[in-house]
Amino acid sequence: MAADYTEEQLAEDLKSKEYKYGFVTDIESDKAPIGLNEDIIRLISFKKNEPEWMLDFRLKSYRSWLEMKEPTWAHVHYPKIDFQNIFYYSAPKPKKKLESLDEVDPELLDTFKKLGISLEEQKRLTGVAVDVVMDSVSVKTTFTAKLAELGIIFCSMSDAIQKHPELIKEHLASVVPVHDNYYAALNSAVFTDGSFCYIPKGVRCPMELSTYFRINEANTGQFERTLVVAEEGSYVSYLEGCTAPIRDENQLHAAVVELKAAKDAEIKYSTVQNWYPGDKNGKGGIYNFVTKRGLCEGNGSKISWTQVETGSAITWKYPSCILKGDNSVGEFYSVAVTNHMQQADTGTKMMHIGKNTKSTIISKGISAGKSQNSYRGLVRIGKGAKSARNFSQCDSLLLGDQCGAHTFPYIEVENQTAKVEHEATTSKIGEDQIFYCNQRGIETEKAIALIVNGYAKEVLNKLPMEFAVEAQKLLAISLEGSVG
Amino acid sequence: MLEIKNLKARIEEKEILRGIDLKINAGEVHAIMGPNGSGKSTLASVLAGREDYEVTGGSVSFDGKDLLDLKPEDRAREGLFLAFQYPVEIPGVSNVNFLKTAVNQIREYKGLEPMAAKEFLKMVRERKDLVEMPSDLAQRSVNEGFSGGEKKRNEIFQMAMLEPKLSILDETDSGLDIDALRVVANGVNKLRTPQNASLVITHYQRLLDYIIPDFVHVLYQGRIIRSGGKELALELEERGYDWIKEGAEA
Repeated sequence: MAADYTEEQLAEDLKSKEYKYGFVTDIESDKAPIGLNEDIIRLISFKKNEPEWMLDFRLKSYRSWLEMKEPTWAHVHYPKIDFQNIFYYSAPKPKKKLESLDEVDPELLDTFKKLGISLEEQKRLTGVAVDVVMDSVSVKTTFTAKLAELGIIFCSMSDAIQKHPELIKEHLASVVPVHDNYYAALNSAVFTDGSFCYIPKGVRCPMELSTYFRINEANTGQFERTLVVAEEGSYVSYLEGCTAPIRDENQLHAAVVELKAAKDAEIKYSTVQNWYPGDKNGKGGIYNFVTKRGLCEGNGSKISWTQVETGSAITWKYPSCILKGDNSVGEFYSVAVTNHMQQADTGTKMMHIGKNTKSTIISKGISAGKSQNSYRGLVRIGKGAKSARNFSQCDSLLLGDQCGAHTFPYIEVENQTAKVEHEATTSKIGEDQIFYCNQRGIETEKAIALIVNGYAKEVLNKLPMEFAVEAQKLLAISLEGSVG
Repeated sequence: MLEIKNLKARIEEKEILRGIDLKINAGEVHAIMGPNGSGKSTLASVLAGREDYEVTGGSVSFDGKDLLDLKPEDRAREGLFLAFQYPVEIPGVSNVNFLKTAVNQIREYKGLEPMAAKEFLKMVRERKDLVEMPSDLAQRSVNEGFSGGEKKRNEIFQMAMLEPKLSILDETDSGLDIDALRVVANGVNKLRTPQNASLVITHYQRLLDYIIPDFVHVLYQGRIIRSGGKELALELEERGYDWIKEGAEA
């Protein structure tokens, strides 16, 4: 798809003012009754035929969630969420084991086509293994067999619980404990699927692993769980993309992603987040309350987060790195775009524990319309983190005069040998830049897309090729109608 | 090609152009000279369509079209090019990508297909050589970190790529040393054809040693107070502006 994407198509895409992933797929689904209590959790666990330890895990999580309070410190505002008015289990029917694509519901295949991911194409051409999670249930994982030859496990979380219980028991919630925060606890109690990825010692995963998440049903929450474990000396690049139909009501997405890198292992995790952002007046849209954390457990390990956030009514998300191993490296590259009434509070945490640990933070915020865009980041250098280094750069770009950009950097240093640098800039797209483009024959909307992509280039360059093209397109579309 | 009649414009409450008349035919090079604050750059900005200026009277026809009625991008697409006095930096956007977007937007306006990548890159190579543009400048972000001379050279390179009918050079010589000036002027001369025209705005006669004008106009207090051939520029160099000003004020 990347190769034959042309400028005309971009122009076409720019013309469609509406969120283009807003279709609903008419697939019968198997839903649990609305609301949340211990019986619902038992039902989810039963439907998924889970072992008892998994049910215990869920109930324990649920009980800690009951005692916790919703966080209110983020720079976002929204009406109180009624957690009893959400469906916690919704699976596309019929659900049976799928051996080939022919067995996939044609409606569903059609959905993938609209999403621009044709599984057949992907299988043949790109060599990307895709796990598709729709309404929290993993539909199909491609390429499993080929990966298995290398000892790589890439499957849905449900399958992993059935087939690899020892790995799940060992690693699940080892990076994000169930009581870590309100939404992580909720996720631990009710998650219905997600992806699991395990790279054995010394193996370099030969292809990008990819998951697409989609919320389809009305009033459903999406709670997926992702766990990536990279053993000593291994490497994996993992991509996730997300979309949802246009709905007037808000929908909740509370995912947890855990990454674990052993000695000299490297995990690269890229996200293009395009949940439905709500309409111009702020009606509808996804509440995206996500906990993502990576543990650089072994010496010399590396975890790199790259995110392009264009969707969601509200984003609350801080992909973090715990740099425990000596000489471990954490990176965070982010572009967050907000337009109309969107609100984003996003950033990262870099926790330096080991010696000579290094972290880099590059955050590019772009605000337009009446949106609010905040960067919130913590760099913490622990007592033992001798000669730790951090470099942070937080840039904000404003379009128009009704939006807001905010930066909340927190720096805590307990070791004198550490070196921490923080740079921040705020700029506006200049009238003179737009006029300069106009004078060369470039219309204003295209000029803005050009300027914004230039501004975000440092981050976009970190994305795998096929994602970079999609991300560029998304940036342009997200900012449509933001000037005038 | 361009016919300006009694053009008046102001910025905020201040009237800057107070009735300009000027006619430029294809194949001609016109120079506009004048002391600081006489309205030279304002004229360039008004023709290009900068929003800060309000046109309060007169008309401008460009190839039979009402120029003042067109959006800035459509003026450019019709073939009007402004080489900026202060070229703008666009970080992260490569010159080549910028020009490709511009070329294809202009082509789309004219109902042409976008230019094939291969053809475009060939054109970049040719035009780059024509204006003695170093290769790395074409690949770098638009004007970012360019020296003053490099920025001006880049303006001429863009002009070569976009093939305008009318090029307005707004004080392109300001801030250039003699070598850079020669390179820029050579570029302009090479691009000269019987079908296009140039309007060279300058403070000094120096540039006109290299770009030989067919007509020279003196702008003072928002009006053209004298027009002549290239020898007028030499006379101004020798005698300054005062003798004409006196004539105009009298």
